[in-house]
Amino acid sequence: MTVVERREIALVDLLDRLLAGGVVITGDLTLRIADVDLVRIDLNALISSVNETVPSPFEELL
Amino acid sequence: MSALRYVYAVCRPLDAPLQAELTGIGGAPPALLHHHGLVAVVSTVPEADFDEQGLRARLEDLDWLSATARAHQGVIAALSTVTTPLPLRLATVFRDDSGIRAMIESREDDFRRALDRLEGRVEWGVKVFVESEPAEPAAAQAAKPASGRDYLRSRRRHSEAHEERWQQAESFARSLHERLSLHSEDFRMHPAQNSALSGASGQNVLNAAYLVPRSGCEEFVELVDRTKDETPGIRVELTGPWAAYSFSGEEA
Repeated sequence: MTVVERREIALVDLLDRLLAGGVVITGDLTLRIADVDLVRIDLNALISSVNETVPSPFEELL
Repeated sequence: MSALRYVYAVCRPLDAPLQAELTGIGGAPPALLHHHGLVAVVSTVPEADFDEQGLRARLEDLDWLSATARAHQGVIAALSTVTTPLPLRLATVFRDDSGIRAMIESREDDFRRALDRLEGRVEWGVKVFVESEPAEPAAAQAAKPASGRDYLRSRRRHSEAHEERWQQAESFARSLHERLSLHSEDFRMHPAQNSALSGASGQNVLNAAYLVPRSGCEEFVELVDRTKDETPGIRVELTGPWAAYSFSGEEA
């Protein structure tokens, strides 16, 4: 277990949890950013920064 | 510069203080806001990054997103050493502490129920990958098909082998999931990860999260470890222990 805990957490595993998990609370300002929008923005950003030439694999999910 | 209050988690009052050197987003130290017997863990963030327009722009910036997500996780991980936190979705912000108090008042029953359900439990992530196809034998590649029929036959063989691999992986994932379900209280399925994002080799066929009582963790981890070499061509990855992010949603 020590080995597992010491390894750096992969960003994708973190985003699976931080963008799709966690209690959703309507804060004062994120009010108009719906969950789906947040995830969509993020995935587009990730894909374009990971590799400009990779076509979006998330098209069918959105 | 105007500032907002960022909320990481809600928890019950802590028995031990948070580590003094702990920092959250932008290096700001997290503070505990007590209200109605609950605690919101908060820090101050710049409004320019977290108002609606700012956040949209910032989320397009992978370095910023990565630093923010890691800072959020850092605070949750520190909290997890002293309590069972209820993590909030990334980027939950309020104008001031009175907004946070009002939010606690409106949701306190939900929070208490969720905290009771998650008390003493952690989340483990389990992923199954099908390793990339082995390269075709050089001989097969070199041999030119003698006819169109030979060519089609060889194509079919190749696609059958591929299909078989997938079926094998899916049945492995199903059986692993059944076993892990018996050793956990709950599970959530995340969408399969794209290898362009994860940088992991192979295709992700299972991306699941399991809610496990702390007392059952050793057994759960051993169970996953034992399956690792069960089937050639299939890789199992374990992540955690996480705070119960995947089990803190609306249905909590």
